[in-house]
Amino acid sequence: MSTSAPPARTPARALSPIFPKRPSRSRLVRGVARHILLILVLFLVLYPLLWMLSASFRPANQTFGTLGLWPSGFTLDNYRVGWNYGTLQFSKYFLNSLVISVLCILGNILSCSLAAYAFARLEFPFKRVLFAFVLGTLLLPYQATLVPQYVLFNHLAWINTILPLVVPKYLATDAFFVFLMVQFIRTLPRELEDAAKLDGCGHLGIFARIVVPLTIPAIGTTALFTFIRTWDDFLGPLLYLNDPNKWTVTVGLNGFLDTTGVSAFGPLFAMATLSIAPIVGFFLVAQRMLIEGVATTGIK
Amino acid sequence: MSVERQDRTPLPAKAAQHVQVAREDVARQEKAPPRVRMSRKTREALAGYAFLSPWLVGLVGLTLGPMIYSLYLSFTRYNLLSPPQWRGLDNYRAMLHDPRFLHSVGVTLRYAIVVVPGILVVSLALAMVLNLGIRFLPFYRAAFYLPSLVGASVAVSLLWRQMFSSEGVFNAALAVFGIQGRTWIGDPQTALYTLMLLSIWTFGAPMIIFLAGLRQVPKELYEAAEVDGAGAVRRFFSVTLPMLSPLIFFNVLLTTVNALQAFTPAYVVSNGTGGPADSTLFYTLYLYQRGFTRLDMGYAAAMAWVLVVVLAIFTAVMFATARFWVHYGDER
Repeated sequence: MSTSAPPARTPARALSPIFPKRPSRSRLVRGVARHILLILVLFLVLYPLLWMLSASFRPANQTFGTLGLWPSGFTLDNYRVGWNYGTLQFSKYFLNSLVISVLCILGNILSCSLAAYAFARLEFPFKRVLFAFVLGTLLLPYQATLVPQYVLFNHLAWINTILPLVVPKYLATDAFFVFLMVQFIRTLPRELEDAAKLDGCGHLGIFARIVVPLTIPAIGTTALFTFIRTWDDFLGPLLYLNDPNKWTVTVGLNGFLDTTGVSAFGPLFAMATLSIAPIVGFFLVAQRMLIEGVATTGIK
Repeated sequence: MSVERQDRTPLPAKAAQHVQVAREDVARQEKAPPRVRMSRKTREALAGYAFLSPWLVGLVGLTLGPMIYSLYLSFTRYNLLSPPQWRGLDNYRAMLHDPRFLHSVGVTLRYAIVVVPGILVVSLALAMVLNLGIRFLPFYRAAFYLPSLVGASVAVSLLWRQMFSSEGVFNAALAVFGIQGRTWIGDPQTALYTLMLLSIWTFGAPMIIFLAGLRQVPKELYEAAEVDGAGAVRRFFSVTLPMLSPLIFFNVLLTTVNALQAFTPAYVVSNGTGGPADSTLFYTLYLYQRGFTRLDMGYAAAMAWVLVVVLAIFTAVMFATARFWVHYGDER
């Protein structure tokens, strides 16, 4: 490219920083080159996931130490075998994960939006102090409450039930989502609520009929990230659900390691692929919302 | 950090009616006598606490209460079966002489020291490339974010376990170049590196944050720098980095906090042991083993409190030093 550029006549120092107008053809070449490079990098980044997908369709007689993505045979056997592998029963695990996720999503939406409305719109004593606790618990590591909560739930005889995983969500323990919704509700125009108030609408009415409908975007972000976190959660179910009938998908997947050696890679990757499919599916559907959620809040 | 209303569709018809009614009401109300102020205020305070009640119960019952209880537990010996026995500072003293504890601190710090800069460099570099005005940006952005979405899952940890085993994909790739592979995940020398790679692979979230930040940098700043004779490197250090510093601050804080809390990959890859030879014994994994495998709740509680204090100090230092290296737009 440098050879095609005309030699500078004017003092180089003065003009070189300003890019000379390149002919559109070299621009096109540069654009295509960029895309090729990006796609190569992207392929490398996504390769592990593509490989897992391909391995899940690979016939059992083929080795798994190969680089290729295109299986020389195609079979659904791995999914059939993996679904009920040894003592593992993935139909149960998926149902359990689904129930826990839905309950957690509802809990977070309900409790966090209630608290957020109070912080964003109502005046009451100690509001600033209490809001400081929301901010203070934002960066609190989950390990801080791991042991004492276990002791508490053990005391309540909640071990081996889904209550330790679900009940905290109804008590707005995810400070992050409270914060997210407070920030959002603060941006809403107050006129609507004032109008409703003058119409004789109580706080609950204002909350349910005006604030909640307008907060749908933040509620959606909350639902999506709650789903991803709950569905992916491993430590919680590992601690609290010992009975294999109550396992979630993540614990069930880990069960592959306990029951078998290396031979079960096919069924293992079939179930692993299925386990992340809902997350990837939601991502594809709600991609824009998710990316904006990350860009504006830094949630992971 | 604020979230904007994402859809700009007009407000619901019913809401618009309310606005209309409100305007008329306000006009009417200006003539009406003022309501009793105290009772309204009290009612609002009561409503506030009613709305807050789930959160308050959670804060007291599931966060503050347990933390205080855990502080107490950290001074005791407790195995869930018999009541806690007061042991003073024994647990904390034991930590200083516990080789596995010290080792887990070392593993976690080494992990964080590699992973945090790794994620930052990769995410910033890709964000800058994507910010060059590339077509199909939403596609690339979404695709590069995908690993972030699934990186902490058990599925990917299992995948990693296979990829870096002796018959894994990574060795197959090395063989193409004629390099003799090894059992990366089974070798104490290399096991931690595979986990570092897994973490750096999930660079998507910081990348999206950087990308959003880069789009906010005023073009005039780059043009002015160019006119002043600044080359690409100089422009990066004098314009891009200072303008992004609030986001760098934010990403350093978040990735460090995340790195120090890592658990799932180490647990799955080592089957809960932290092996081989304790080479992947993360702090949280050791805490888990002490608390829930050996039922040494007092020790685990003490470890949790050490982590809380360390993270609090780290956060405080970050915020205290921020004014020396974080530039906010209006300063200039």
